[in-house]
Amino acid sequence: MTAMQTAFDIANAVRSGDLSAVEVTQYYLSQIEAREPEIHAFNEVTAQKALDCAAALDQRVQAGESVGALAGVPIAIKDNLCTKGTATTCSSKILEAWIAPYDATVVKRVAEAGAIAIGKTNLDEFAMGSSTENSAFGVTRNPVDTTRVPGGSSGGSAAAVAGGFAPISLGSDTGGSIRQPAAFCGVVGVKPTYGLVSRYGLVAFASSLDQVGPFARTVKDSALLLEVLAGHDPADATSIPQPAPSLVSHLDDGVQGLRVGLVSELMGEGIQPEVAAQVRASAEALAAAGAIVEEVSVPAVTYGLSAYYLIAPAEASSNLARFDGVRYGLRVDAPTTNEMMVATRTAGFGPEVKRRIMLGTYALSAGYYDAYYGRALKVRRLIHDDFARAYQQADVLITPTSPTVAFPFGAKGDNPLAMYLCDLYTIPTNLAGHPGMSVPFGTGADGLPVGVQVLAGTLDEVTMFKVGAALERAATAEAAKGAER
Amino acid sequence: MSARITRDNVAHVAKLARLSLDDNELETFTAQLDAILDHAADVEALELDDVAPTSHPFDLVDVLRPDEPGETLSPTDALAGAPAAESGRFRVPTILGEAP
Repeated sequence: MTAMQTAFDIANAVRSGDLSAVEVTQYYLSQIEAREPEIHAFNEVTAQKALDCAAALDQRVQAGESVGALAGVPIAIKDNLCTKGTATTCSSKILEAWIAPYDATVVKRVAEAGAIAIGKTNLDEFAMGSSTENSAFGVTRNPVDTTRVPGGSSGGSAAAVAGGFAPISLGSDTGGSIRQPAAFCGVVGVKPTYGLVSRYGLVAFASSLDQVGPFARTVKDSALLLEVLAGHDPADATSIPQPAPSLVSHLDDGVQGLRVGLVSELMGEGIQPEVAAQVRASAEALAAAGAIVEEVSVPAVTYGLSAYYLIAPAEASSNLARFDGVRYGLRVDAPTTNEMMVATRTAGFGPEVKRRIMLGTYALSAGYYDAYYGRALKVRRLIHDDFARAYQQADVLITPTSPTVAFPFGAKGDNPLAMYLCDLYTIPTNLAGHPGMSVPFGTGADGLPVGVQVLAGTLDEVTMFKVGAALERAATAEAAKGAER
Repeated sequence: MSARITRDNVAHVAKLARLSLDDNELETFTAQLDAILDHAADVEALELDDVAPTSHPFDLVDVLRPDEPGETLSPTDALAGAPAAESGRFRVPTILGEAP
């Protein structure tokens, strides 16, 4: 068992009996033991459960049973996905000791595919943030540079993969919460088309934007995991009623003749020069591989942030109304029910969650609804329509995943707007419902990883992954050249 | 600074959202929410009268599933995470006679 083994290779070796799931799990647990105290990727490591689960899988392999696409592959799970029998905290004091009575559909699917759940990962409280600094249980450090944030909100899941604690992990992405931490930590992160992956058992933040997706070290592993996650789930009314796409088999198709659009509006203001240079280099690499690269304009994306920071808080204010001290989680006692609810929510939510609840409540309140929420919904339509036009010109779009590389802790201080601007390039995709992925492509300032974002039209994950795989090949070739020099 | 949201607005919103804020928090949140709303005001430049709003990425229609009994949570499981329960119900402090 070696550090760089992919999920794909592990699953093959476990299925053939060359490697036992227990060996694999022990290896990753030893990695966690060595470096987790420094990184804090997890809210909880479920070591004994993982070993028991691995032993059971090994018995099934010995008995000649078929054991699935992720046989014996340890997986880290974002702590806003419900896991029966293990706490699901959303990194919030209001759910600190809460144990879900059922598994999220994605948790069930990875288990059925033979994956070994190894722990629950840290996040910005209720997935609200871009640095994982908003966790009620302490920050997660970026394994590439521990003085920097791992990004967020799925910072723990990105750090778990980047730190070698698990070959794959699950995150959720409402405005960039998978792609941005993937870029910051130098791993692959995918936000699928809205509705491709079930949200059942994902604690809701903004229901029309939330989507579960994979983290992995390689594009192939992320495709393998997405094939397991995707597909219709009757328990989620917004789940698209069609089978999971075949992705892994198309990764070597190449990009000959594919039209790649570089989004002009997302290459300007506020972007670090080294990040822009890498995105241009990635476009050149795709052109060298046979793609037709041109600049494409998607004017409305510049309004994405404004629309998002009205729509997402509005939905959040409604979703988080359920945390009232009655049915689950924290209760702070008070003489009347109303006082109890106020005391519970005041003690249980952190400042960023309160800020978004209030912003959303305000945007939805009488007298302001049309000016704020109503306008934001119209902007959402414009963004959707502009993307639709862009996808007539191009098969995929590329942009930076984030305007900057990973920043130091405290860099955004007490300025929420500065933090929100981190999501400028990832947000429009969520509003449109399209898929997007971040692929590591070289380094920027201070030698930190840069992520290139590949976007595609609705349910066109196959084309997105072809381009992602081509970018990965180019980045690997470039790194090898660099090593020779 | 052109106040888009006042301290009184914030206090009112906090009440609606069942949150209690002290004076410092009210101050901070008012300034922060004002800055965020001010940034979001860039959409005021857009001509949106003829644009239809959309609240969802796709045009979904409601469908009914077959009405077949399936597995559900038992009352014990449903109440297991509750801070207080009694006789198979969620227990709360007094509600009658309470001003909303």
